[in-house]
Amino acid sequence: MERMPIYLDYSATTPVDPRVAEKMIPYLTEQYGNPASRSHPYGWTAEKAVENAREEVAKLVNADPREIVWTSGATESNNLAIKGAANFYSEKGKHIITVATEHKAVIDPVRDLERLGFSATFLEPEANGLVDIEKFKAAIRPDTVLASVMFVNNEIGVIQDIEAIGHLCREHGVIFHVDAAQATGKVDIDLEKLPVDLMSFSAHKTYGPKGIGALYVRRKPRIRIEAQMHGGGHERGMRSGTLAPHQIVGMGEAFRIAREEMHAENERVRMLNHRLLAGLTSIEESYVNGDLDHRVPHNLNISFNYVEGESLIMAIKGIAVSSGSACTSASLEPSYVLRALGRSDELAHSSIRFSIGRFTTEADVDYTIQLLKDKIDKLRELSPLWEMFQDGVDISKVEWAEH
Amino acid sequence: MAYSDKVLDHYENPRNVGSLDKNDPNVGTGMVGAPACGDVMKLMIKVNDAGLIEDAKFKTYGCGSAIASSSLVTEWLKGKTIDEAYAIKNSAIAEELALPPVKIHCSVLAEDAIKAAVADIKAKQAGKEAA
Repeated sequence: MERMPIYLDYSATTPVDPRVAEKMIPYLTEQYGNPASRSHPYGWTAEKAVENAREEVAKLVNADPREIVWTSGATESNNLAIKGAANFYSEKGKHIITVATEHKAVIDPVRDLERLGFSATFLEPEANGLVDIEKFKAAIRPDTVLASVMFVNNEIGVIQDIEAIGHLCREHGVIFHVDAAQATGKVDIDLEKLPVDLMSFSAHKTYGPKGIGALYVRRKPRIRIEAQMHGGGHERGMRSGTLAPHQIVGMGEAFRIAREEMHAENERVRMLNHRLLAGLTSIEESYVNGDLDHRVPHNLNISFNYVEGESLIMAIKGIAVSSGSACTSASLEPSYVLRALGRSDELAHSSIRFSIGRFTTEADVDYTIQLLKDKIDKLRELSPLWEMFQDGVDISKVEWAEH
Repeated sequence: MAYSDKVLDHYENPRNVGSLDKNDPNVGTGMVGAPACGDVMKLMIKVNDAGLIEDAKFKTYGCGSAIASSSLVTEWLKGKTIDEAYAIKNSAIAEELALPPVKIHCSVLAEDAIKAAVADIKAKQAGKEAA
């Protein structure tokens, strides 16, 4: 088999930490009971493991374990939060505020609610990817029932001011949902202090397994949601379906490790990011996408002008990265997130997302910088746009035949 | 996306990269596509007095299939008359490179580039005769 490329796509998914995998295995083969079984020790053991994990997830974000509802992942959590709260409180109003750069798992549920008679505002962020608080405030209407803003953007890594937005929502009686799939283990989250009502989590972005996530549902003041999955009444009726103890144990262990190690780990990742940033921005005509200060160190999204993204990805087979987000890289459309920042189509087309994490080394970063330098040189030799740029032609003034 | 071996070969070893003298009366230039759409091809052909294409060069901004399509046509063009060049169909390019349906537009662009370069040389030659 061909040697696997260096993995720099931690924002798409992370490897399961070996410590996590080890904890999960016995719940498949030995302690395989259904946590809902109340009549024998198989069930009791499984239930205990599930509740321990719930405590670990709650601890990472300083919440009460009773505020954590297991789901299949952040997509389900987002759907449950948005549809569940909008429908439950629809008598209060039918207007929703979100942001144009949200993940599709937020955009699409909101679009779905629009079809059902809700109206929605998709706020355009500033050119640095951040939401302007005044613009958010101006978007609030008397009938605004729900707002949804992601903590850390999956494509460009910017951190929104959740606290300020949350306070605005509180003042105006708007329920506030936050997609924190990309935030856990990267930014400190304290739900005792943060004015957030609903928060979505995913295990597999934080070194846990795929297929498991959670939704935080605030108890004080109590937030109610309508279930989207009906059945046995698991998770206090909010999400039916037999719990998957091995997955849940994995998420609990992953979040425990995140809580204990995130500060040291983030320092190390920050050093690597600085090294990567310095190396890649030394390439002529490179542009970092997203604010440089308000961002997680795990993400670096850069556009290289005059080279096309897909051919660049093809040229850098030695590393595994994304062009736009993994969910849209199968289509030929430029990233809608970069478009929302006002990036030109050309720059949006030539963007690469580098995302690093727990197992990235300095050698990986150095190899990446050299690889990018070599391949961009090669592709620019091939690029008629680069030639025009070198000749002093302003590409934006040329009349192109759009096709 | 999986690329065919032929696309990979042209992409990794592109043939005839470069430019010809655009002011040479025997050189035709075709530039097609748009940066906003993710691909721009520049194809240049040099036609000798016998009416045969003796040289062809390209530069392409675009995906691997776009680069491969333009690299391939520079090989095909050499030794052809401009009428033979004009008759090259995108389907032949797509077939040779085994392009998947989402990449057919790359072969269309290569055909357009040939037609634009041929039109340019014909216009230059018409201008020469008129003078």
